[in-house]
Amino acid sequence: MQYLLMIYSQENGWNEMSDNERQQGVAAYHAYTESLKKAEVWVGSNRLQPSGTATTVRLVDDKPQVLDGPYSDSKEQLAGYYLIEAPDLDAAIAWASRCPGAAHGTMEVRPIWPTATYAQSAA
Amino acid sequence: MSVPGGEHDGNRAAQSIADAVARRSYGKLVALLAMRTRDVAAAEDALADAFAAALADWPKKGCPANPEAWLMTVARRRAIDGARHRRVGDAVVTELTILADEIDDRDASALPDRRLALLFACTHPALEPGIRTPLMLQVVLGLDAKRIASAFLTSPAAIAKRLARAKQKMRGAGIPFSVPEREELPSRLAAVLEAVYAAYAEGWGDPLGADSLRRDLAGEALFLAHLLVELLPEEPETMGLLALMLYAQARRDARRDEAGEYVPLSAQDPTKWNAPMLDAADALLRRASAFHTIGRFQLEAALQSAHVYRCRMQRPNWGEVMQLYDALLAIMPSPVVAINRALALAERDGPQAALDALAPYADDPRLSEYQPYWAARADLLARAGATREALDAYELAIGLERDPAARRFLQRQCAAVSTANR
Repeated sequence: MQYLLMIYSQENGWNEMSDNERQQGVAAYHAYTESLKKAEVWVGSNRLQPSGTATTVRLVDDKPQVLDGPYSDSKEQLAGYYLIEAPDLDAAIAWASRCPGAAHGTMEVRPIWPTATYAQSAA
Repeated sequence: MSVPGGEHDGNRAAQSIADAVARRSYGKLVALLAMRTRDVAAAEDALADAFAAALADWPKKGCPANPEAWLMTVARRRAIDGARHRRVGDAVVTELTILADEIDDRDASALPDRRLALLFACTHPALEPGIRTPLMLQVVLGLDAKRIASAFLTSPAAIAKRLARAKQKMRGAGIPFSVPEREELPSRLAAVLEAVYAAYAEGWGDPLGADSLRRDLAGEALFLAHLLVELLPEEPETMGLLALMLYAQARRDARRDEAGEYVPLSAQDPTKWNAPMLDAADALLRRASAFHTIGRFQLEAALQSAHVYRCRMQRPNWGEVMQLYDALLAIMPSPVVAINRALALAERDGPQAALDALAPYADDPRLSEYQPYWAARADLLARAGATREALDAYELAIGLERDPAARRFLQRQCAAVSTANR
């Protein structure tokens, strides 16, 4: 199964860090990514720019309504993600708990909807 | 589970055999069917079909030599048909076929027992804590939503919805059907044991056995605890849990007199207790202690053992009881433990010492509606001579009690305090 590991964290935490701490943070993520790749679990990953750069879009009366800012106004924002291949939820949780994001924020683990069952309803 | 049908006399034998197999094997069959697909709902549907087929087939052709294997063969066929019908993808059908082949390769009378893995799946930390016990009762024992709803004082529709959601999460999120690795086992096992104990506590809450659905729940929980000791013979806490439940079960009927009135532990007649059950509990506790790993359930069972010893021997042992409570409070700092510890402290050092020990919990919001807290406070205050406060506490304790006999007992206590101080 594939799982999306989403990193939610307080964005100002990064700005309040010293240069040294930031370097350490980047190194920790680098090492984590490498260990995922070595274990052949890694499918994809990205770090996102701060939510200040986010824009929300939805159709209102068939016209796109564009708004500045992220979808949710909460203190903790989606900061990045890893897409991994894992046999089950326990394996995915084990990888999520090793991510530096589990220490400085919260990880959300979500299974990917398998392509073979797109026709099936969610119920 | 009770298998539907069986209106005719000829069906009655088949019905009773099916009921017996269901009781013994339901969880085993669900575990096997759902192990690879993780689709508990589909496994239950297939199994329900198999039981219906059994009730149609067995009265005519006679009960098969191995009813469990018969049901498994029919159920896995239905599961494959169901998967094809729902077009859930070739992967699921393949998994079910692999499962069928695996079972065919074995001696039909020796189906592997994967119930332990199923118990761990039902009590997985990724599931809402409140649904774990109901889920376990349904998936492992086959209890229907109506029985579970009655036991947990909720509506069948509401519990059915939450059960369906939990099963959907098990499948969708890929919750594994496996026994956790060594390092993770203790914490995960704690969740399994807690779920079993919660089922027992719900059943125990109906002392007269007036509500047969809830009375049975205590029996179902004992069945699960026995099963756990059998499947995990090296885990002292599983023995501790079973011992604790047996100590409680042995005293179950002594909680009421002939008139159906509540009898507190100190006034119970120890000869009315179930002696073989108490012996079994003692033996389990001794077996557990040989592992030299203390835990919550062993301590709670040891406390029950100490209470039994005191009442039988008429010899106060409050010092020993206090030591056990201190150890329990150290690993489980809950206000519930603190209340019970305070009641033991009152016996050793007097009611004021107990009231002082409870003082830090006075504003704890978890206790404002917790009946045993107010009953304990009322008793301690009355004994300490604080009549006014005692009567206030009695009022709350009576108002929060849901068992009529226990309520009458508290009302008599309250009246006695009131009269004595008039």
